[in-house]
Amino acid sequence: MISLRRSKVMKLLLTSNYAAAYGAKLARVEIVAAYPITPQTQVVEKLAEFIEGEELKATMIRVESEHSAMAACIGAAAAGARPFTATSSQGLLYMYEMIWWAAGARLPIVMGVVTRAIAPPWSIWSDHADILSIRDSGWIIIFSESAQEVLDNIIQAYRIAEHKEVLLPVAVGWDAFTSSHTAEPVSLPEQELVDSFLPPRTPEPFVLDVNEPISHGNLTYPDEYMEFRFLINEGLERARKVIREVGKEYGKLTGREYGLIEEYKCGDADVILVTLGSMAGDVKDAVDILRKEGYHAGLVKLRCLRPFPREALLNALREARAVGIVERSFSMGRGGIIATEINSLLRESGVNDVVTVSYIAGLGGREIGVNDFINIFKSLFKKMERGSGFEVVWYGLRG
Amino acid sequence: MGMKGILRVVPKEEYLLPGNPSCPGCPASLGLRYLLKALGGKAILVIPASCTSIIVGPYPFSSLRVPVLNIAFAAAASTAAGISEALKVKGKEGIQVVVWAGDGGTADIGLQALSGAAERNSDILYVCYDNEAYMNTGIQRSSLTPYGAWTTTTPKGKVEEKKNLPMIVAEHKVPYVATASVGYPIDLILKVRKAIKYRGFKYIHLHAPCPYGWRFPANKTVEVAKLAVKTGIWVLYEIENGKFRLTSLSSSLIDPSKRLPVNKYLKLQGRFKHLSEEDISRIQERVNTMWDELMRLVKES
Ligand SMILES: Cc1ncc(C[n+]2csc(CCOP(=O)(O)OP(=O)(O)O)c2C)c(N)n1
Ligand SMILES: [Mg+2]
Repeated sequence: MISLRRSKVMKLLLTSNYAAAYGAKLARVEIVAAYPITPQTQVVEKLAEFIEGEELKATMIRVESEHSAMAACIGAAAAGARPFTATSSQGLLYMYEMIWWAAGARLPIVMGVVTRAIAPPWSIWSDHADILSIRDSGWIIIFSESAQEVLDNIIQAYRIAEHKEVLLPVAVGWDAFTSSHTAEPVSLPEQELVDSFLPPRTPEPFVLDVNEPISHGNLTYPDEYMEFRFLINEGLERARKVIREVGKEYGKLTGREYGLIEEYKCGDADVILVTLGSMAGDVKDAVDILRKEGYHAGLVKLRCLRPFPREALLNALREARAVGIVERSFSMGRGGIIATEINSLLRESGVNDVVTVSYIAGLGGREIGVNDFINIFKSLFKKMERGSGFEVVWYGLRG
Repeated sequence: MGMKGILRVVPKEEYLLPGNPSCPGCPASLGLRYLLKALGGKAILVIPASCTSIIVGPYPFSSLRVPVLNIAFAAAASTAAGISEALKVKGKEGIQVVVWAGDGGTADIGLQALSGAAERNSDILYVCYDNEAYMNTGIQRSSLTPYGAWTTTTPKGKVEEKKNLPMIVAEHKVPYVATASVGYPIDLILKVRKAIKYRGFKYIHLHAPCPYGWRFPANKTVEVAKLAVKTGIWVLYEIENGKFRLTSLSSSLIDPSKRLPVNKYLKLQGRFKHLSEEDISRIQERVNTMWDELMRLVKES
């Protein structure tokens, strides 16, 4: 293996969308099938450039819809190739039937999701309702804060998806505009390095093959169907370990290690904010400012949404007196999607002396910044005196 | 073609196994059997939701001796395109990727994906077996159900015309489009063999009379299929690189006096039993007009 020291690192200024395209290129994807939607378009445009410029040996299938994009990836993966697609919002909903098909068929597909609000009314801005709509399907869901993470996550996603113990599709998310269209410096690992980390896909024994004909997805009676669903979950449960191992190995090669969550100053924190994506950077700044004022504040950034990082979250949060979950998503009639999951994780693990507050914020790209997070932290330092309980707050609603 | 010629054309090898769960007299199983014989086993089949989802057999069995990918109702053409491109990337040559879809999966919910794959000239063979309704879900009308036919969603008979799908596909300027019938297996086999010589999008529209859905006895599938051609209601033709040609029996039916009256076909089927004399003349007139148009195509080519 090539070590970090010996390998040269190239730095480029890239948006998350371009970083995704570079990630797919470095992963040597073989089939790209995608349909344009704002704010995903540059991912596919860049890949088209790579392919037509013969920098990437792959075939682009210019499908007529997202349903067909995922269908083509399913066909390609079933035939043993390494496919890539990317979409957003309406496009993800349009391919929803095939999303479940991909997971049910246990196909190692990787998809970029530039998270965007769902209409009506039309909105092209950041929101996590789209990516969270696939959380029960069997897809692994990984979220990125920066362009660097997008690139790194896409490369790692193939290792995870194609792992024999996993064999499930992976969605890699990043925020509309704040990430998708904002350029940041990105370290590009050398192709040779990525090749050593991610060898070509070794087709599984059940790849479509005329010499060994088998039938995929036949009608399955009630006495067998449940086992198929159970096995998908088993794959996801095993993925937790695989994601960590892959993240460690990637760290050894590049100096950038990844886990299921990222903890920032949580050790002695009384109040912890949990968030994901581009909001995490501002929360870090808020933590630093508050720490100077003497507040014991901390941040948990979720990298992996599925499989749910149960133990990692519990370890990070169990000593906190208040946990606030700031998310751009909501389950109508219930509460913040991630907040309800974290709240029940804490309660089912016997952690009762903690206040959890679900902050619904930033929907449809509503601005939320360092000062907002300072406000949220400060109100949590008051709420923590209650000792226990769960509450939903729509942050910054206009009166 | 004499008996010897026929035997030379049809391989003895069976790729659709006996004991599969198709209904008695099922035209899809006839068509599949001929199709796979013509392909000689060098094929990957993509099957969207349809009666064939049942015919392939329940897990863990398969009634087909070729690899099968079952897929969602609307997704057949794009899935097949994905397989076809993957095989090319992997350097696997000489394997035909074939969609086998019903009329609903082709002309209705799957039309967008079909049109996309045809326009991109994806290297696949798409076969639509047209039993003129959604049979798997219990005989509901499709856009390929003909005028006047009873279905469970057109209890008084369908008031709209049948969509002319093979011609719509031909307008995508793909290298090969043909119609066929389960009543004319040699014609079908020859067309499959011709189709797979082309790289790009090939389309075969296979007329498939369904005893259960059309309300005729299970031993009359071939008879009904032949009558559709003999009356001129169903026409056997091919369009090779844009060149139109009538084939098999249809090539001798340009003279209207050679065609049987449509009623001979209609009266065998319970789905048409409510038709009035007026309806029947209307159908006859439509057939006559269609043949006038076909004559024009024959002359042009
Ligand atoms: C998205 C979706 N909608 C509806 C169905 C239900 N469905 C399954 S098969 C079928 C009809 C198939 O008709 P056709 O394509 O003509 O094939 P046939 O059953 O006649 O062989 C329908 C409506 C489905 N499986 N998926
Ligand atoms: Mg049908």
